[in-house]
Amino acid sequence: MPGMTLGQVRSDKKIQLALGLLSGIAFGFLLQKSGVAAYNVVLGQLLLTDFTVLKVMFSAVLVGMIGIYALKAAGLVRLHTKPGSLGATVIGGLIFGAGFALLGYCPGTAAAATGTGAPDALVGMAGIVLGAGLFARLYPALDRTVLHRGEFPEGTVPEILGIPPWIVVALVALMIVGIFWALGAYGL
Amino acid sequence: MATWSPYIAGAGIGVLIWTVFLLSDHPLGCSTAFSHTAGMIESAVSKGKTAAMPYYRKFVPAADWHWMLVVGVVIGGFLSAYLSGTLSFVTVPPMFAAAFGPSVALRLAVALIGGILIGLGARWAGGCTSGHGISGTLQLALSSWVAAICFFAGGILVAGLLYGFTVI
Repeated sequence: MPGMTLGQVRSDKKIQLALGLLSGIAFGFLLQKSGVAAYNVVLGQLLLTDFTVLKVMFSAVLVGMIGIYALKAAGLVRLHTKPGSLGATVIGGLIFGAGFALLGYCPGTAAAATGTGAPDALVGMAGIVLGAGLFARLYPALDRTVLHRGEFPEGTVPEILGIPPWIVVALVALMIVGIFWALGAYGL
Repeated sequence: MATWSPYIAGAGIGVLIWTVFLLSDHPLGCSTAFSHTAGMIESAVSKGKTAAMPYYRKFVPAADWHWMLVVGVVIGGFLSAYLSGTLSFVTVPPMFAAAFGPSVALRLAVALIGGILIGLGARWAGGCTSGHGISGTLQLALSSWVAAICFFAGGILVAGLLYGFTVI
């Protein structure tokens, strides 16, 4: 990609397909290496006996958040937040959570676990396709009835509160470091 | 090494997300690919009808960046396990077998039902553990923090019902 502008890279379809594949390989590799692409580790987290999932997610959020806000301040990236509501985010999130406990993988870790040779993860991936297809069928009716119930203000927490983003970044970073310290202190 | 420190692997995922925002101008999320696959399968059966469905007009099914991502995740998971010599063909995870017996049919049925709920819930909430749980929360998006809390609240409740509540 040398000689291309960021805009050209972002709009080149072939480069984007290659980047998607490479990003996926890196993501799958890291998920497997971290241990979270295993049923026992996910269930251990949900039973609050193994905090590997929390450590991986909060480490990604800590490093990702600082980098993304720095890149944004430099004018190199834009944020892409999603709207939410009680009817969509809370109900959908709870349905997801129930499935998460039954399958023992999420969409990303199911794919990584399939790569490591777990047939139950492959069947789980087929189930996720069925569930996503089912949602597409139900979407017009759900959109009319529940998805817009109790809509949240859109955007980021600092935007909604009207405070400088760095204050929230610093507070979330402190919270995450505090949680890591507490996990260590309790030998978890 | 077969496994890395979860802190190091997690930090690597954070850095990966910088590159995705920078080079592709969108978050990293896995559940979109599953919606695309469902749409492509439906399209193979009935093309015009699928293209007219409102949800597939919003998320047009295609082998795009998001779809290639999940293909890559399978390959990455394979490479990691292969290189560390931990590839294994285990259908019933030991923890499941210890609680519910060694039945392959039971494990696959539970996995299928769990998968359906995940696919339904992820699209309902507008993202999954990666799209909302990591990419969204690190942007400090309100909807993503609510989603991530609900993923774990639902998961902790159902895991407790399955295995018994150990801590609470």
